[in-house]
Amino acid sequence: MKLTGSEILIECLKQEGVKTIFALPGGVVLKIFDMLHQQKDIEVVLTRHEQGAGHMAEGYAKATGKAGVCLVTSGPGMTNVITALADAYMDSVPLVCISGQVSTSLIGNDAFQEADNIGLSRPCTKYNFLVKDVNDLATTIKEAFYIATTGRPGPVLVDIPKDVSMAKTEFTYPSSVSIRGYNPTYEGNKWQIKQAAEAIMKAKKPILYVGGGVVFSQASKELLELAEMTQIPVDMTLMGLGAFPGEHSQSMGMMGMHGTYCANMAVHYSDLVIAVGARFDDRVTGKVSEFCPFAKVIHIDIDPTSIRKNIHVDIPIVGDCKAVLRELNQILRATVNGNQKDLRKPWWDQIREWQQAHPLAYQQEPDGAIKPQHVVKRLYELTKDRDPIVSTDVGQHQMWTAQYFKLARPNRWLTSGGLGTMGFGFPAAMGAQAAFRDRLVLCVAGDGSIQMNMQEMATAVVSKLPVKVIILNNRFHGMVRQWQDLFYEGRYASSYLDTTPDFVKLAEAYGAVGLRANKVGDLDAVLKEAIATDKPVVVDVPTYPYENCYPMIPAGGCNHEMILEDPPDLKQRMAGAPSTGSDEDKDTILTA
Amino acid sequence: MEHIISVTVENKFGVLSRVAGLFSGRGFNIESLSVAPTLDPSMSQMTIVTSGDERIVEQIVKQLNKLIDVIKVVDLNESEFVSRETALIKVHTKAEDRAEALRIADIFRANVIDSTPSTYTIEVTGDPKKIEAIINLLQPLGIKELIRTGRVAIAREAIRPALSQPKKIARE
Repeated sequence: MKLTGSEILIECLKQEGVKTIFALPGGVVLKIFDMLHQQKDIEVVLTRHEQGAGHMAEGYAKATGKAGVCLVTSGPGMTNVITALADAYMDSVPLVCISGQVSTSLIGNDAFQEADNIGLSRPCTKYNFLVKDVNDLATTIKEAFYIATTGRPGPVLVDIPKDVSMAKTEFTYPSSVSIRGYNPTYEGNKWQIKQAAEAIMKAKKPILYVGGGVVFSQASKELLELAEMTQIPVDMTLMGLGAFPGEHSQSMGMMGMHGTYCANMAVHYSDLVIAVGARFDDRVTGKVSEFCPFAKVIHIDIDPTSIRKNIHVDIPIVGDCKAVLRELNQILRATVNGNQKDLRKPWWDQIREWQQAHPLAYQQEPDGAIKPQHVVKRLYELTKDRDPIVSTDVGQHQMWTAQYFKLARPNRWLTSGGLGTMGFGFPAAMGAQAAFRDRLVLCVAGDGSIQMNMQEMATAVVSKLPVKVIILNNRFHGMVRQWQDLFYEGRYASSYLDTTPDFVKLAEAYGAVGLRANKVGDLDAVLKEAIATDKPVVVDVPTYPYENCYPMIPAGGCNHEMILEDPPDLKQRMAGAPSTGSDEDKDTILTA
Repeated sequence: MEHIISVTVENKFGVLSRVAGLFSGRGFNIESLSVAPTLDPSMSQMTIVTSGDERIVEQIVKQLNKLIDVIKVVDLNESEFVSRETALIKVHTKAEDRAEALRIADIFRANVIDSTPSTYTIEVTGDPKKIEAIINLLQPLGIKELIRTGRVAIAREAIRPALSQPKKIARE
């Protein structure tokens, strides 16, 4: 029987096991939506903006490990989803984005809602396709999923012109595809792995530097075995959080610009850095020329371009983290002689010293303004038994969540690392909730970033996605304000947000539940109420507006030269600052 | 340092923009680029002349390999290779210069492929030095128009040490 392009698309999605797509209709994709409307296997989550659809698909992908799917129309639909594609590309998120296109006869004519979708998405997708013939559609969709989910994962765009979505042909879905220019390497080079094992056996001060690649290749078990067997401390990047249990005694927490003191000191003074599924991003390395100056570097990554892109690598291993770690463990199991604890004692003594010298810390006065770190800490303590999924937007609140929310397992952490996309967190949380209806999904946001995709509150209510949004409301673009305080003599250029909306009323206007914690004493009760509510909830927490996120490595600085607290001149300047950031403080803030 | 990179790609629309976009997006240089289909019409061969230190060229090769439409990448500088470029030079010739123009063309084994009472169009093929040299000599006569193909290059076939039949060794 012949099927239309739209029906073929839907059949293909079913064959790929897609249960949920995030979509917003428009002229050239009406046929596809019409067909989606007439079936029951795939749920369509109607978003209020295409950027939201893209981030939801990302959240879905990060939480499930499978490709997320979004569907948008031509022209503005496509341009709106670009941010999500760029975000997914930077963070290696498997995504298949279906975009509508004007009919093939109109392409290039500046038709209504026409955009060069292929040209627009080329630099921010792993690959993209324009389907000009309905006979190519099924194979193209198969290839799109194959490319998105294999090798280093990434977003793939399939652009479908209107006439192709309506044309008919016989449908057969290929069971497999092979692309001659695309053959990711999974097994690491055995000789190199042996070299790595020898280096690990010889090292006195080794450190594991673990990134998002471990999460995507589901190599947490292998990583845990390696770390415990060799007694090597584990540093995690922002994307790697959850790859190794946050409360494990060998976990150093996050490294990099706002990483822990001991994580950064350990990598700086180590003699062997074992990078697994990480890419030596500038937010991790600081000043590249002085990153781990005393260490040999082993780099395990599936993407050969990541290796030696930013820093010199002594033992490169191209391959899938899971496969390589498994092989490495096998060699080490035969050589490790059981007294690793004694062997590593001097190194651990040093690390414990660093940990005790400067642990993560903040001062919460019992009747003072609420400190943002305290909110995250309490949220963690109140929810950790429920194994929640946590998303964040981008900024100070993101760093505090990364520091204080100690994730135990992978695929619980949804954050925008590479692109640093404000507005990511809320829709990403909804995407994860759509995949796991019964799980607790939290979104920690700032008052600035939540407003970048606030419209999706309507989606959360209508599609019954009971995400809990906790807004650390400091009335500032907090990270911008922090940099202005540290590097621009406290001139708050466009960082003060003035009278932000009343988030409680806003939530209620959308039909969600709005709560507020005004005092430290109210915090636990309000958070508990939010967690117990079976609807989308917004918790507005006014926090101390001048809290800065430490430790901090200034951009281009060295990893062992961290700022650990407000410098003296800033302390002096802040001495007279208002404490709450409430309306009465407005004039003082603006003239500060 | 200058590198010549030979890239085999899928012969389909949009591939050139992916390659060009990679170079512009990552700030790599393209000094010249030439593309044409191979014997197998489903593939095209690109010759890209680029420059950069060892680390940059390593990245260029890796990034090209990462492109899904790229089938094979060879950095020709890693072995012996020959490269050629063709130029078409339209020379303005006064009556008294016409003989000189022909003499120069002759020295460089170039061909005159079009002729009018006041111009010659000269076709010359060679390595970049040769092209530069003929341009320098023709310039005083007045070059009206010049077009160059950019370089194409191919690896030299390795000469195998011949054991049994020494006479059959190729001269070059």
